[in-house]
Amino acid sequence: MTGSPPVLRLANVGKIYGGRRALAGVSAAFEPGRVAAVLGPNGAGKSTLLGILSTLVAPTTGEVRWGQAPLAHGSHLRARIGYVGHDPGLYGDLTALENLILFAALYGVADGRERADTLLARVGLSDVPADAPARTFSRGMLQRLALARALTHDPALLLFDEPAAALDPAGADWLATELGAERAAGRVVVLVTHDLEAAAAIANQVVILRRGRVVFDETPAGGFGAAALRATYEAKTRA
Amino acid sequence: MPESPPPGPRPPGFVAQALRIAAKDLAIEWRSREVVATMTFLAVVVVLIFSFAFVVEGSRPPAPVVAGIIWIALVMSGTVGLGRAFDREREGEAIRSLLLTPAPRAAIYLGKLVATCALMAITETVLTGLAAVLFSASLGDVIGRVALLLVLGTVGFAAAGCIFSAALLRARGRDALLATLLYPIIVPIVIAGARGTTQLIDPISPDFDGARFWTQFLVAVDILFVTAGLWAFEPIVSGD
Repeated sequence: MTGSPPVLRLANVGKIYGGRRALAGVSAAFEPGRVAAVLGPNGAGKSTLLGILSTLVAPTTGEVRWGQAPLAHGSHLRARIGYVGHDPGLYGDLTALENLILFAALYGVADGRERADTLLARVGLSDVPADAPARTFSRGMLQRLALARALTHDPALLLFDEPAAALDPAGADWLATELGAERAAGRVVVLVTHDLEAAAAIANQVVILRRGRVVFDETPAGGFGAAALRATYEAKTRA
Repeated sequence: MPESPPPGPRPPGFVAQALRIAAKDLAIEWRSREVVATMTFLAVVVVLIFSFAFVVEGSRPPAPVVAGIIWIALVMSGTVGLGRAFDREREGEAIRSLLLTPAPRAAIYLGKLVATCALMAITETVLTGLAAVLFSASLGDVIGRVALLLVLGTVGFAAAGCIFSAALLRARGRDALLATLLYPIIVPIVIAGARGTTQLIDPISPDFDGARFWTQFLVAVDILFVTAGLWAFEPIVSGD
C-alpha cells in the first residue's frame, strides 16, 4: 500500500434499529499496522460496528473520523475500504477473473486485468479453470477470492466480519497469515470474530463489546495469550 | 500521522460506471439466457392464450384488442425480468460489494435500468412479430412509431420496476409483492401505450395525431419515473 493511513476514531457512536439499541456510546481508535479484533457474544453489536465503519450503516449518534476526515454514511472514503464478510460478496455467475476485473473497473484501477492476475496468484487461485463460475467454488476458494476482491483497489482500511466462519483449519491458517500480511502492509485492519484463539494469535488490539457497549479495549505490548484472552472475555461478557 | 487516507485510484465517470454494471448483467444473461428465455416464453404464451380467447377464426381482431394483448404480454413478461433484476446482487451479498465501490447509487440504478430495458427489448421484438403474424396486424408502415411507443413504455416500466425490485431485495414473497406494488403505478404507461398502439395499427384510419399525444405522454412519464428512480435508489438501497 502506498502511504500510511491515519488513525480511525469512533467517538460516542450509537445505533438504534427501530427502537432496539444495537450500539451505545462506543468510542475506540484503530491504528494502521495493527489488527484490532472486535469480540463479543451474539447481538453485542459487532456487525453493526463493522457496518458503520464500512459507511453502509449510518450511526444514530456520535461520529467516526479517519484522521481529520469524517467517515460518514455514503462518504467518498468508502472507496478506500475493503470488506470481507462471511458471505463472499461476489457474483456467482462470473468467473474469478471476471469478478476481479469488474470490481477493478468500478474502482478505477488501472490495468485491472494485471491486478486481477496478481491477486489471483497471491490467493492461490491461479490454477482454477478460467471458465469456472465462482458459484462452483468451495467455501475456502470463495473466501480466497473474496479477499482478492477486497484488495483489488489497494484499500487503506480492511474490515473482516467473521471471515473464517465455515473455513477448515487449513483455510483459517491461511487467512491468519493473510491478516498478518495486511497488518505488515500498514493498513488499518479490523476483524470481527468469535474465534478467541485466532484473535489471540493475530490481534494487537482487542475490543470486547457487550450489549452494544465497549467493556474492554486494550493493546498490550506483548500481545495476548489465548488463555488470558479467554479469561478476560468470559469475565467481561458474563451476564 | 497523515490527516486523511492516501488517495486511491480515480474512479470512472458516472456513465462509465452505469454501463459497466449494465454490461455485467448482460454478459451474465448472455451466458445463461435464463431470464430472457423465461420472459420471451411467457410473452409468447400470453399472446397465444389471448389469441385463443379473443380472436374469431377468419376475422381480423379489432386494433384495441391487438394493442391490449401486446401491452399486457409486455407487462407480464417484464415483471418476470424485474423479479430477477437484483437476484444476482442478493446471492452471496454481492450488493454489499457493489455498494462499497465508489459507483454512485444512481449509476448502479441506471446500469440495472439499461440492462432490464435491453432484455425487455429482445422479448418485445419477438412479441411484436408474433402479434403481427397471429393477428394480421398492419404494422408495416407504422413499425417505427410502434417501436418508439414500446421503447418509451419499456423505459418507464423498467424505471419504476427497478426501484421496487431493489426495495424488495430481501423481502419474502417479493415476486408477488412486486406485481402488487408495481402494477398500480404503471397503469398510465399501459393506457398510453395501448391507446397509442391502437391508433397506429388501426387498418382503416390510423390516428397519427392521437398517437403523437400518447408518445409525448410516455416521454413525460419516463422523465418523471427515471428522475424519481435516480433520486430514490440511494435511500432505498442504503436503508439500514
